[in-house]
Amino acid sequence: MSLSSKHLLGLYGVPKEDIQTILDTATTFREVLERPIKKVPTLQGKTVVNLFYESSTRTRISFELAQKRLSADTVNFSKAGSSTSKGETFKDTVKNIEAMKIDMIVVRHSSAGVPHYLTKITNANIINAGDGRHEHPTQALLDMYSIREKMGKLEGLKICIVGDIAHSRVALSNIFGLKTMGAEVSVCGPATMIPKGIEKLGVNVLHDIDKAIAGHDVLNVLRIQLERAAGSSIPSLREYHNFFGITAERIENNNKDILILHPGPINRGVELSSDVADGPYQVILDQVTNGVAIRMAVLYLLGTMN
Amino acid sequence: MKIKAQIIDEAGLNRTITRLAHEILERNKGSENIVLIGMRTRGEFIAKRIHGKIKEIDNSNPPLGVLDVTLYRDDFRTRLKQPEVSVTNITFDINEKDIILIDDVLFSGRTARAALDALMDLGRPNTIQLCVLIDRGHREMPIRADFVGKNIPTSINEEIKVKMKEVDGEDAVYLIDISED
Repeated sequence: MSLSSKHLLGLYGVPKEDIQTILDTATTFREVLERPIKKVPTLQGKTVVNLFYESSTRTRISFELAQKRLSADTVNFSKAGSSTSKGETFKDTVKNIEAMKIDMIVVRHSSAGVPHYLTKITNANIINAGDGRHEHPTQALLDMYSIREKMGKLEGLKICIVGDIAHSRVALSNIFGLKTMGAEVSVCGPATMIPKGIEKLGVNVLHDIDKAIAGHDVLNVLRIQLERAAGSSIPSLREYHNFFGITAERIENNNKDILILHPGPINRGVELSSDVADGPYQVILDQVTNGVAIRMAVLYLLGTMN
Repeated sequence: MKIKAQIIDEAGLNRTITRLAHEILERNKGSENIVLIGMRTRGEFIAKRIHGKIKEIDNSNPPLGVLDVTLYRDDFRTRLKQPEVSVTNITFDINEKDIILIDDVLFSGRTARAALDALMDLGRPNTIQLCVLIDRGHREMPIRADFVGKNIPTSINEEIKVKMKEVDGEDAVYLIDISED
């Protein structure tokens, strides 16, 4: 029942049993979220710091709600307005926060490896909420939970991740997690957005969106991340939409049984047309609800570990 | 760990459950306002059995739910092994209802305490009545059962093991010695 690590830094190397435990535990919390009083006393007396060095709406609110619904005390840190602007080093900031007697740290940072570094300088449980282009494990877990909820299983499913794979930590965590759970994983996007050598992770590479729709059970469609200079990989957003945008017409021509996921925020008219984003094939808002349950499961499993 | 005695056998369990069902109906003047909630794991199956008896006796079908109290436990900091959580399944409204809370063994009273907190988060019932198959004493909280299948005074070196066909393959209650020789 217990996880094999006291941190969740990524899904690389996380054993199948651990992923299974997190997904099963999330089912319990999914029920709690349907109650009139959406709160349980389980993490009473635990203090969690949300250390966000990069902007976030969904993930931070989701983590914060998950913590509050488990009755943990929460503190939010964001880079803007902090003593980082006075020149304090990252290590000193963390050491000072730890000296205030905290139990867990949820961290997001633009540099890959920061969560791993934190495990070396503090005793708190560390949860990675996104580090650079590396991993975003809770997003991949909630994607897997949403797929399992709709399709009943993960093993043997054909799942294609579409979009800017090179800049995406969501893609990498999904690849690691889904491969561990026995799914068949492909990636699809323009060649400039597919990193060289990705086949070595055991994924198929496609450049034709119609084939991707026709040949898979699930598409996990990524956001074109304009803030990460994705613009330099494609001639224009319009051209991207023409070649890789998912439209109701493309789905109806190729595969009406497809399930569409998107981690949000959506660029309407770029990676998804509005008729798909609001249509019957997607589970985008279910993913958001499931995200709170997944984060409650991770916080519970790490926070009650002895 | 060895079995000291079998306290209840299959026929005995059936008789006890029949009596508990009658007592519940008597105390509540029928089944009109009652709901049955079993506590995972064995309590769930005892609740199902009592529910079956009530159906037979009263020709009624009160709502039946399952409660998992893991998230409300008070021993997260002291237990060595992390308890497994499972899903609460109560799909009906418990407001103004008379809840019959069902478990296999009443011991310290801590599980019942956790269940009371859990139920309060689901609504405001009219009453909560505790029904247990075995009361083995050694209470650590001011909690008592309203319906008791059998009172079995035990020593602290003993344990009660309730076995149910649904999970254990047999219907029986055993007294077990857990003292180290």
